[in-house]
Amino acid sequence: MTSATITREDIYHALEQVMDPEIPVLSVIDLGMITGVEITEGEPVLIRMIPTFAACPAVSYIKDNIRTVVEKALGVAVTVEIDKQVHWESNRMTAAAKEKLKNFGIAPPPVVEGDVRPEIMLNTPCPHCGSEHTYLRSPFGSTLCRAIHYCKSCGQVFEQFKPLE
Amino acid sequence: MISNAALTDLIIKMADDELIQGHRNSEWTGLGPVMEEDIAFSSMAQDKIGHAWALYRILHENLGGEDPDRFAFMRPESAFKCSHLVEMPNGGYDFSLMRHFLFDHAETVRYESLQESSYEPFQQLSKKLKGELKYHTLHANAFILQLSNASEEGYARMQTALNDTIALAAGIFEPSAAHEETLITEKVYPGEKALYNRWLDRIYPVLVKASLNLPDMKTVAPVYGGRQGFHTTHLAPLLKEMGEVFNLDTEASW
Repeated sequence: MTSATITREDIYHALEQVMDPEIPVLSVIDLGMITGVEITEGEPVLIRMIPTFAACPAVSYIKDNIRTVVEKALGVAVTVEIDKQVHWESNRMTAAAKEKLKNFGIAPPPVVEGDVRPEIMLNTPCPHCGSEHTYLRSPFGSTLCRAIHYCKSCGQVFEQFKPLE
Repeated sequence: MISNAALTDLIIKMADDELIQGHRNSEWTGLGPVMEEDIAFSSMAQDKIGHAWALYRILHENLGGEDPDRFAFMRPESAFKCSHLVEMPNGGYDFSLMRHFLFDHAETVRYESLQESSYEPFQQLSKKLKGELKYHTLHANAFILQLSNASEEGYARMQTALNDTIALAAGIFEPSAAHEETLITEKVYPGEKALYNRWLDRIYPVLVKASLNLPDMKTVAPVYGGRQGFHTTHLAPLLKEMGEVFNLDTEASW
């Protein structure tokens, strides 16, 4: 294939195979990390992406993965760029992604309206038993994007993907 | 056209504060009083160092600065512009927590103001960072309140920590003799004086809830000097340790 015959749909389809190394059930598409795809005849396909958190240590790893996976799937040269015009917010995550996250055992972020207020972290539904009888133990967890909660109903500690405005 | 020298000066101050505070936070890794706090200080370390890196990158990409890693690890002490607050050793958890509270509210008002900056890279970056900082201030506020309201000892130690830290924290807002006017006139940021007042408005309500007494700020002499390259004796050993691996082979690729 050359860049003349592939479509944006082909690229997006291939990107569904690029998983987040910290949450392997979510692709870069699920997470809303892709901000644009440009196909120009005779040039490498340009894919623009954004990191979730500024200090995310997985960014260069994900960037390389995007390039290798798409190049391998479609046989075209690919350039991946960090998009500085857009910043990631948790509302970029698709509804399907939130469902996958929950099934993986991580509470998804609630929809953010306006600014994130501390109250948004209260009574986060437990991904194990569904109870809202929970409390925030720490706004920091095993990765930058996660918080730690405790469920008083089932007695389990669980993680949440933090809402980010 | 905004003065590059003025922008560079401001960015280095902000970035060096983030880097050195990030390094101090990382010193809690493995030593936190409870596991959640160990994780919290380690996560905030990662965030801070990421923020420093983003600022060094603006210098590198937009203002002709050096490669971020080389700039962070190879500069002499006198070229650093961090405040004395962030240089201080962690001491006890009380001091570390109070510093974290005072520093992160200062960061928050700064990044909020930069959303309106005439300098475009600041607008982009501040939008991202201010969302992340919310978790830092959420954490700080919660622990200041809990410890101050927990017991007499907790209250006394938090009040002592506040008394010992406030002059250092006020030193964050040391204006630049050479560049302050330019940066305000060019609407890069509202200036240190304005940020200092906004900061007081942010910390005051939390301190009141914790029943802590903010010293009369008229009697507090801010600890200045860091922004001009004059540092405490604590910075040199920190820089040596921080750059130890990098400086084994400065050309190595990671």
